[in-house]
Amino acid sequence: MEKINVKIEGRVYSVDKNMTVLEAARSVGFNIPTLCYWNHGKNSLASCRVCLVEIRTARGGRLFASCVYPVADIPAEKGFEVLISSPMATAARKASVELLLSNHSKDCQTCVKNGQCELLEVAKVTGAEDNRFLGEKTPTTYDDVAPGIIRDTSKCILCGRCIERCKEAQGIGILGFERRGFKTIVAPAANRSFAKVPCLQCGQCINVCPTGALSEKREITKVDAAMAAGKKVIVQVAPAVRAALAEEFGYKIGELNATGKMVAALHRLGFYRVFDVNFGADLTIMEEATELLHRIKNKGVLPQITSCSPGWINYMEYFYSDLIPNVSTCKSPHEMQGAITKSYFAKKHDLDPKDLFVVSVMPCTAKKYEAKRPQNAAVEHLPDVDAVITTRELAAMIKRAGILFRELPEEEFDDDLLGEYTGAGVIFGVTGGVMEAALRTAYHALTGKEYGPIEFHEVRGFKSVRDAEIDIDGTKVKVAVASGMAEAHVLLDEIRAGKSPYAFIEIMCCPGGCINGGGQPFVKPSLKPEEGADILETYRQKRADILYGIDERKTIRQSHNNPDIKRLYEDFLGEPCSELSEELLHTSYVSDRPCFPED
Amino acid sequence: MERITSKEVLSTCIDKYTKEFEGKIKGEGGKRAIVVCGGTGCLANDSAAIQEELEKLIKEHGLQDKVTINHVGCFGFCSQGPFVKIFPEDTLYRGVTVKDCKQIVEDDLLGGKICENLLYVDPTTHEKVVRQDDINFYKKQVRVALHGCSLINPDLLEESLGLDGFKALKKVLTEMTPQQVIDEVIASGLRGRGGGGFPTGRKWQFAANVQADQKYVVCNGDEGDPGAFMDRSILEGNPFQVIEGMMIAGYAYGASEGYFYVRAEYPIAVERLQHAIKDMEEAGLLGDNILGTGFSFRAHLRLGAGAFVCGEETALLNSIEGKRGMPRPRPPFPAIKGLWGKPTCVNNVETLATVPYILRVGAAEFAKMGTEGSKGTKVFALGGKINNVGLVEVPMGTTLRTLIYEIGGGIPGGKAFKAIQTGGPSGGCLTEKDLDTPIDYDTLVARGSMMGSGGAIVMDEDNCMVDVAHFYMDFICSESCGKCSPCRIGTKRLYEMLTDVVEGRGTEKTLSDMKELANVIKAGSLCALGQTAANPILSTMNSFPEEYAAHVNEKKCPAHVCKGLMQYLIDPAKCMGCTLCARNCPVSCIAAGTEPVTVRPLPNKFVHVIDQSKCIKCGTCMSNCHFGAIHKD
Repeated sequence: MEKINVKIEGRVYSVDKNMTVLEAARSVGFNIPTLCYWNHGKNSLASCRVCLVEIRTARGGRLFASCVYPVADIPAEKGFEVLISSPMATAARKASVELLLSNHSKDCQTCVKNGQCELLEVAKVTGAEDNRFLGEKTPTTYDDVAPGIIRDTSKCILCGRCIERCKEAQGIGILGFERRGFKTIVAPAANRSFAKVPCLQCGQCINVCPTGALSEKREITKVDAAMAAGKKVIVQVAPAVRAALAEEFGYKIGELNATGKMVAALHRLGFYRVFDVNFGADLTIMEEATELLHRIKNKGVLPQITSCSPGWINYMEYFYSDLIPNVSTCKSPHEMQGAITKSYFAKKHDLDPKDLFVVSVMPCTAKKYEAKRPQNAAVEHLPDVDAVITTRELAAMIKRAGILFRELPEEEFDDDLLGEYTGAGVIFGVTGGVMEAALRTAYHALTGKEYGPIEFHEVRGFKSVRDAEIDIDGTKVKVAVASGMAEAHVLLDEIRAGKSPYAFIEIMCCPGGCINGGGQPFVKPSLKPEEGADILETYRQKRADILYGIDERKTIRQSHNNPDIKRLYEDFLGEPCSELSEELLHTSYVSDRPCFPED
Repeated sequence: MERITSKEVLSTCIDKYTKEFEGKIKGEGGKRAIVVCGGTGCLANDSAAIQEELEKLIKEHGLQDKVTINHVGCFGFCSQGPFVKIFPEDTLYRGVTVKDCKQIVEDDLLGGKICENLLYVDPTTHEKVVRQDDINFYKKQVRVALHGCSLINPDLLEESLGLDGFKALKKVLTEMTPQQVIDEVIASGLRGRGGGGFPTGRKWQFAANVQADQKYVVCNGDEGDPGAFMDRSILEGNPFQVIEGMMIAGYAYGASEGYFYVRAEYPIAVERLQHAIKDMEEAGLLGDNILGTGFSFRAHLRLGAGAFVCGEETALLNSIEGKRGMPRPRPPFPAIKGLWGKPTCVNNVETLATVPYILRVGAAEFAKMGTEGSKGTKVFALGGKINNVGLVEVPMGTTLRTLIYEIGGGIPGGKAFKAIQTGGPSGGCLTEKDLDTPIDYDTLVARGSMMGSGGAIVMDEDNCMVDVAHFYMDFICSESCGKCSPCRIGTKRLYEMLTDVVEGRGTEKTLSDMKELANVIKAGSLCALGQTAANPILSTMNSFPEEYAAHVNEKKCPAHVCKGLMQYLIDPAKCMGCTLCARNCPVSCIAAGTEPVTVRPLPNKFVHVIDQSKCIKCGTCMSNCHFGAIHKD
């Protein structure tokens, strides 16, 4: 890497030539506050002006946004000097924050981002004074119509991170700047509701929002109400939740497999049963692998595409509904498990399904939408899942209940019909996991024996689109895995063009899979400096390692070997894709869902 | 029009059409030529109908073989339009209406008698002036960028070729290397006419130094300053010259594609530019292998949707790319990474219009005009409280006094000059003490204003400078793109503070806060719009501190403009009690008082009184009073 000498605050440092001033300053030990800057400058609007520094030459000093200014343009030899703490720079950064605050709805105490607000952090760092600038506020919009996401522009600082994230992750660009001047807001086209545009509800925008302008639509009160009404409230937790929940309680990312403490916390929250959606994941594999084998055997439509990710399903219904025949009809794991809870579990315990209330804890905001789909109400038209709360909401409930997470013992999921799970189920939470779990079972189905090495490393990793050729005892099967719709769509275009070489494709909506879902704890370098500067590059791997670690330590690592699953089929469903399975565990999709529905 | 495929064909064409054009102006063969102004201002005053009427009458009188008639671009003297000019006599008729056409045809064309009533009358000498060049407004002007405007038909390539068109292009393509072209432009000292005044040749050199598979030239025709219409008139009057300048730029630094970015509010300019591009393509002057030299160039047109910020070069590039018009951070500068990430020079219309002249007459000749640091000429749009409203082109270094009093004809109604705002909302105001300053890029900046694109709005004693600043802040506020926080929020806060001042809620602290915030916005904003947004405030605060002080301390607007700080009063010594004011008051806030009229006592006539609590300060009473009894205080 070519180096360059840069003078910062009186000392000359040798830094990489392609760095920005911000990166150079950080590399030599200066932290400059930022807001619109995100992920190594992937979002570099240079619009918030919170990272202004003075660049001085013999002719005087001028302010520049350090997040975009290249050091290559200011070599020390030519007399340039970067001043971070000059009166001019300090005052400018402070004023930028004060101006932002003057147009910000300051209900910080009750804000959903209380404690995790980057604006508050930069206000503290820059020493912003309140009320220096007062005046009218931009007309705002509060949109809580969509099932998963709330947009409150009164808290928006127009950093544009969400706009960039939506484009980068999903390639659809739901959000953009609307209106101009002081009236500018970030909004879907024509300031429509999220519910009236082809938004996937994936929540990636929430994860990058520095303030409370974007947040998940919370369903904690629904759970409270069900408990208060005396319902038997059964909670089921998605695999990815345990990989990140501990972060909400001060643990470092990837530090703790939170399964045991999480279960203990759920027990203390008073749930009737605490189940693991890994059971549902195992069930999904049974159904989905069988469906795939049927397609292959009967020369059905191939490739088959997974259906666990509701964000992906939304995308498909909006933009690729001609591929519905390719999409597995399997419900997603928590929906399957909800349906089984309200049928098999209820029957076995002689309970009225109406008295049951199933709560899913998900890393996902799109699941909130999925649970409301009329297609997902198998038992007596009751929704398979009654409420979906995110990892963040669960953390909020735990905190509200005064539970000392760090002090909790490790406890086990309830061993009651749906209690057992396998390593295959747990890796559902990471991109490639559904594929790997399906391959483990498909291998067994096709060959009658277990795959020796168990793990299929070919389908792991974080590249957006990956493919592999799997040798199943001499039969070669081509498979592909994708996450993030911005990239995944190339696989869909191949199918459309009739050129797809694959038999099975796994698609997850969020880049990296559910561990990086829109309902997961925030990863904000400025609020978690102890995580290190490259945390945005590594946090997904760290969370994935937790899941792979659980899988490794499991003795049963294939879905078809889950004893509770076996019993379920023996006692109730018969066999995978049986008539009853179809009724309870499979769903249907909507063709040409209108992208811009009218009221 | 024939296809111009080589240097030789171009030379033949130039010779042929030059002869034709000169013959037309000189009246060869006893023919006369009429030109009618087809600029936006005159068209709005029916000049198209005037031309139609003239054509009809010429036909009726069987003159069609003896008289040609064409529309031409702006004459510049917009307050006197519409214009009709007759060659070879060079008679200029002003303020022509459709009704006057009969007289022009019968008296002048047939009778050889000048229509005296349509001539320009000098306001000081009261003498009638026949020839355009004898009018004071034109005397001190030098037309370089406006070359050909009001002379050639902007829709005819032949006329452009007849008046110096493409001579520079021929020279450049056949006699000069690209580096020689850049060197020539650097030597000429040409600086960007759009506002910043960056040396054009150096900008081209930056782009030339970058290796790239594709480069672009962009012509910035997104003229947004209130009251400015230089670029519009150039594009309307001689689009060929601008395209030629663009092609020369393309040749100089290796660009083969050019984009015109013109405001959609300029339909005539757009239409003529489109037409010119099409004609040039058909003639082979745009396209592949131009003049057989191997140089290829294509010109495209994009319309701006009316955002002031899109005049900022990086916002303009975003807009061309189909993105929201918001500025990009610089560096990288467009010359390095511009349109679609490729080296791009964004040049103003006037800059490109000047380029062919430089290459035609040589850098040395061009540099003879102007001052040390600013060479050549500059077009200004004179407006506001000035007699001769219009477009003027003068050599750099001309003083404001010449501009306002000699060319502009002074202030109407004998009022006192107060200030001139140059540079539009990004500029500042210059006052009495600056009148003898030679105008160039550097002197204007030194005096707290800027050249800008050339808007020049004159203000007299009736203008309140706080109100002027308030107007510009309102404009900037609504034109901010909303991207960066100092501009988006800061200008709004500044506007609010200024509103407090003009409405009487301001204090000394408001003023000091304003100054502080103005400097924050200036230093911290992302693009030139924000960085200059506070200039109108800073400049007026600097030049007219006493007006601000009067607003906040005495709660008075010395010019009686700010409604919150002035009132209409009826002078009891003059009021006749006639009730005219009361009857015309739209809010019925005037009524007879108890005091009897004293001027000419009559029974039952009482001095009228305005109820200030209801008054909306509309001034209707004052304009209705026959006795001058109502005044502002």
